[in-house]
Amino acid sequence: MPRFIAKRLASAVLVMFTISVLVFLIFFATPGVNPASRIAGRSATPAVLRQVSKEFGLNRPLPIRYALMMYHLFIKQDLTSYVNIGDRIIPQITAAAPITLSLISGAIVIWLLVGISAGIIAAKNKGKFVDPLVMFFGIAAISIPVYWLCEMVLIVTQGGLHSSIFAWVPNGGYVSITQSPEQWFTHLVFPWITLASLYAGIYARVLRGELINNLNEDYIRTARAKGLSERRILYRHALRCSMITIVSLFGLDVGVLVGGAALLTEVVFGLPGIGWLTYQGLTNLDLPLIMGCVMYGAFFVVLASAAVDVLYAYIDPRIRVVN
Amino acid sequence: MGEIEEPSATVSVATPIAVRLTAVDSDSPWRSSLQQLRRNRAAMTALGVLLFMVVVVLLAPVYAHDIAHDNPFASNLQGRIKIGNHYRSVMQANTQGLGLGVTPIGPTWHFSKYFLGADELGRDVFARVLYGGRVTLLIGFSSGLICIAAATVLGMLAGYFGRATDWIISRLLDIVWAFPIYLLAISLSVILVTSGLDLGIIHIGAGSLLLPILIIASVYVPYVARPVRGIVFSLKEREFIQAAIASGASDWHILRKEILPNVAPSVIVFFPLMVALNILTESALSILGIGVQPPQASWGTIINDGLQLLYTRPWVAIAPGICIVIVCVALNILGDGVRDAFDPRAKLRGSI
Repeated sequence: MPRFIAKRLASAVLVMFTISVLVFLIFFATPGVNPASRIAGRSATPAVLRQVSKEFGLNRPLPIRYALMMYHLFIKQDLTSYVNIGDRIIPQITAAAPITLSLISGAIVIWLLVGISAGIIAAKNKGKFVDPLVMFFGIAAISIPVYWLCEMVLIVTQGGLHSSIFAWVPNGGYVSITQSPEQWFTHLVFPWITLASLYAGIYARVLRGELINNLNEDYIRTARAKGLSERRILYRHALRCSMITIVSLFGLDVGVLVGGAALLTEVVFGLPGIGWLTYQGLTNLDLPLIMGCVMYGAFFVVLASAAVDVLYAYIDPRIRVVN
Repeated sequence: MGEIEEPSATVSVATPIAVRLTAVDSDSPWRSSLQQLRRNRAAMTALGVLLFMVVVVLLAPVYAHDIAHDNPFASNLQGRIKIGNHYRSVMQANTQGLGLGVTPIGPTWHFSKYFLGADELGRDVFARVLYGGRVTLLIGFSSGLICIAAATVLGMLAGYFGRATDWIISRLLDIVWAFPIYLLAISLSVILVTSGLDLGIIHIGAGSLLLPILIIASVYVPYVARPVRGIVFSLKEREFIQAAIASGASDWHILRKEILPNVAPSVIVFFPLMVALNILTESALSILGIGVQPPQASWGTIINDGLQLLYTRPWVAIAPGICIVIVCVALNILGDGVRDAFDPRAKLRGSI
């Protein structure tokens, strides 16, 4: 196991290095683009352009430019915005990170609870009324644009019903848990539900398929022949085997969520997390800010998926041997 | 009745038998797969819905010129429209609060004029949704095609030639795979969409639809190329490929005549799901302002326009979203049908 963890971490570091090179190349070595004027924003004076050129070593060879960039981003952490002059980027990202984490972790709890129980219920009642309903939600989940669903939730909670049953729902924004746990919850509960509803649909559908396949396996027949109760067979045998697929999906999805769906959810609900920060960068064309957000976001995803892989190997010992 | 609803379990078990049975009286596996797809009622309904949507959006100019008589790409802040016997202005003075400013007209529910109301610039939302659908579907299908074609070529080359070719292609795919898709698409888009792409002889302008098409196609290439590479690897060990190599056939001939036909069913299975995924990605990029650029409109950009009018004129955001959901649901149901018919063991999953 320690060997597996070391190996997995080493490969995560390698991946982070390649991602950083790729991001650097996209932002600073795209043909036909002057990087200085991109960093400095739309209305930069020649003096600012010269300063940018010097700071990022734009007249020096590519590897040195890369090293300088990483130095500013991760070691000295003094990358500054030229659009909102003087704004340090890294502190903004670290201040935004807890908000994104609050959003994601709450959504994960809801989607795992709802998705897994719906999957079990559908598999138990195969062919009955609940089953096609879960299948329908599974299809809907991969067909609905997440930000659009967020907007529909806003229409319901902030529109006509805001004066009656949804009066307690705040109009966007964020309150930290240390400030007021209750406010924290009311600000986040609808973003959580919205985000989780899509993934719950996907997980229910996948788990249902896995359970039904596993229930046809020989070891289940053996368990039945031994006279175990259906309940024990379902929860102790079939579900345990099916969870392996769910865990590996989960590793992929945490990444997709941080880099995609959560970003758009934050934008629509006005939660000032990393996704919202990225959106601010995009609307102002603040390249250093966008690059910082992309780099930190991507690194988080890589580390999260490495952590899930370790967990996966812990659950299923076969993985340790194969890799 | 219930059989259609449960493709994953019952059909995947039943299909190998069905294929073997039909293979006796029909001459090609393609024909039997198509036949099976044609008998799948859910998939055929989905295909019908899809074709209907395509025809409707293709008729956008007919609607704008001959029925509504308006230009959905020009602002119309002073316009007045006639509904029944009275005239109303497109931008109406606010009656609430201080009564300052204007709000675009809401849905008239009259097909001839502003069926779904107007947006902030007084443009006909219904006509814009039709035109936007053309762009969204064009991007979805063409980026899906480009992605699948590129992925098939890369996967086949890597799987067939192995060694250095495989190493280089696989590492490239690994890098793209490890990168969170949306972050990669955002990085590429923000650079390219603002200044265009200049590669010596090839120049693509900043507002060109080709940019989102190429960006979306390239970020999803590993999703198809990696399975293709795996399939080709295992095909290479089979007798008929070994026989072709032994008989002195050229690599090009083997790839085209022996490998491609065997890879094709697995690749086709990906297509409907990739199109749905691409449509969702396009709309997400458009929401962020780095997808389709004005004056062009797509369903994503119209939803974005609707965000400012969410509480006063919700239909601007609701309508294009419903269109996206209809098209993507149809594509996903069709995709399940195609999988059951062509490659029942394929493990696919669309994700956001």
